[in-house]
Amino acid sequence: MIEFWTSLSPLLQGVIKGLAVIAVIFPLAGAGSMAERKVSAWIQGRPGPNRAAIPWLVKIPVIGRVLQRLGLFQLLADGLKFFFKEDPVPGHVNKFYFFLAPAVALIPALTTVVAVPFGAWLDGDAVVPIGLANVDLGLLAVFAVSSLGVYALILAGWASNSKYPFLGGVRASAQFISYELSMTLSVLPVFLWVNEPGLRGSLSLARVVEFQSQPGFWGGTWFLFTMPVCALVFLVALFAETNRQPFDMPESEADLVGGFHTEYGAFKWAIFFVAEYAHMIVGSGIFTLLFLGGWNPLPWVSLADFAALIGIAGSPLLVGVVSIAIFLLKVLFLIFFFMWVRWTVPRFRYDQVMVLGWQKLLPLSIANLFIYLIAIALLQPRL
Amino acid sequence: MLDTLFITFATFALLFALGAVLSPNAINAALCFLLCLVSVAGLFVLLEAYLLAVLLVLVYAGAVVALFLFIIMLLDLKEVSAWKLRGVSALASVAGAGLLVAGVLAVATRGQLDSLPLAAMPALGADLKAYAHALFTTYLLPVQLMGFLLLIAMLGVIVLSKKFTADAAGVAAGDGSAAQANLGAAASTLEEARK
Repeated sequence: MIEFWTSLSPLLQGVIKGLAVIAVIFPLAGAGSMAERKVSAWIQGRPGPNRAAIPWLVKIPVIGRVLQRLGLFQLLADGLKFFFKEDPVPGHVNKFYFFLAPAVALIPALTTVVAVPFGAWLDGDAVVPIGLANVDLGLLAVFAVSSLGVYALILAGWASNSKYPFLGGVRASAQFISYELSMTLSVLPVFLWVNEPGLRGSLSLARVVEFQSQPGFWGGTWFLFTMPVCALVFLVALFAETNRQPFDMPESEADLVGGFHTEYGAFKWAIFFVAEYAHMIVGSGIFTLLFLGGWNPLPWVSLADFAALIGIAGSPLLVGVVSIAIFLLKVLFLIFFFMWVRWTVPRFRYDQVMVLGWQKLLPLSIANLFIYLIAIALLQPRL
Repeated sequence: MLDTLFITFATFALLFALGAVLSPNAINAALCFLLCLVSVAGLFVLLEAYLLAVLLVLVYAGAVVALFLFIIMLLDLKEVSAWKLRGVSALASVAGAGLLVAGVLAVATRGQLDSLPLAAMPALGADLKAYAHALFTTYLLPVQLMGFLLLIAMLGVIVLSKKFTADAAGVAAGDGSAAQANLGAAASTLEEARK
């Protein structure tokens, strides 16, 4: 098995690994929309989608009914519907950009996964991260690629050639620029802390997790506890960058019908949503790596300790699976948090979004950066 | 392989640059500019200057072109009217073109591009620490000068945009320029932060 794998050409290996990750992310992003409907229903005290059923499968005792109640068959039905229903293209749109926009939405969302490590295995004592590529510029590369995703919204809004999508596109570009800066500034203290003076600097995300799994009180503390303001600013900016409520200005059903996707239907519309959820998954993954200890199960309990505790340290495969499961659990919790916030906080007005971005979040993140600059310079040599 | 990639990226960069200059539709022009930037980032990757490639995509392709599109859409420019050269703008464009030609000629005839140690080039653009170190030691003066240039441009934009607050078009233009000034400030803070 392993000989066969190493005998493949590196290009083929890369393609297979990439497809494997996409094969996980894509259905997960699709399931996100279903989970959204279910979670919103629970929060509002409704049952949510619970009727769709596959005739024979639902007859299986207990399991069939449970799956039906959970709305899992609805997911299949919706997916098939998006494939088969008519795909309307209004006569007044700019066809080239209208067709291009959903692709532009999906490609950066799936490309960013390349630089995000999502698990680890133990090679003796060394913890080796699992990911498509351990890029030295990790986070910068993710930010760079994901920043191209905004063009999907702008293009969709502009190509639709009608009033509401246009406003959605304009809002998307303004909102994106406003929050990108705070987001970048908010992660700088983390990397200042991780990159000790004198060493060769690195922006690798795996390095951040490695730093949070050291022994001792300060070594094992997640950055959520030592840098709560950074985590808060990053999280707020993440909500804005992924166009989630309360920041979904480009979409804003109440005043813009559907915003940038008003003129879209069927599969092209679905692709926008898969892209949004893929962005959420990758964003939550980065938050997990930066502030929630990545694949370490608990604060002050590193993956290596945990593996030794439950007695799987000898098996790299099991450790890898457990670490990926821990990582995915944290990501899924964060996605639940995204939905929770959606049904708790009302949508901001557009001017409030701008005021929050430029006048509150940006000064806060700059002040935060300076405080950590001083604190790290004074404290780090003593810890 | 490398040659093929270089030729592909270089061709794309030139074609899209031409498209950006020649396209009558402002949105098309901005998107051509975006693709041109991405092609240049590809060339940087071929030179192993990964950091420069990522920064180019992050700052220019990700933020600056998004802002261009924002302003184009805000002003709702459908077609750009033909630009007429007269008076100061003609003088300025002649002077600009003259400077450009003189600069290219000077580099071509007496420049020292060949004598630079080639091995030192990728190291600077590839590694965060080497880049930051070079920025604060060897290239400190150019960085400060560029900072002043940005500041002057920002002040200029604010002064120019303040004049036209009377009519509606002026307000829109003012908003646009203010946003641009914002980005100028944003970009410089970002640069500062990255250092």
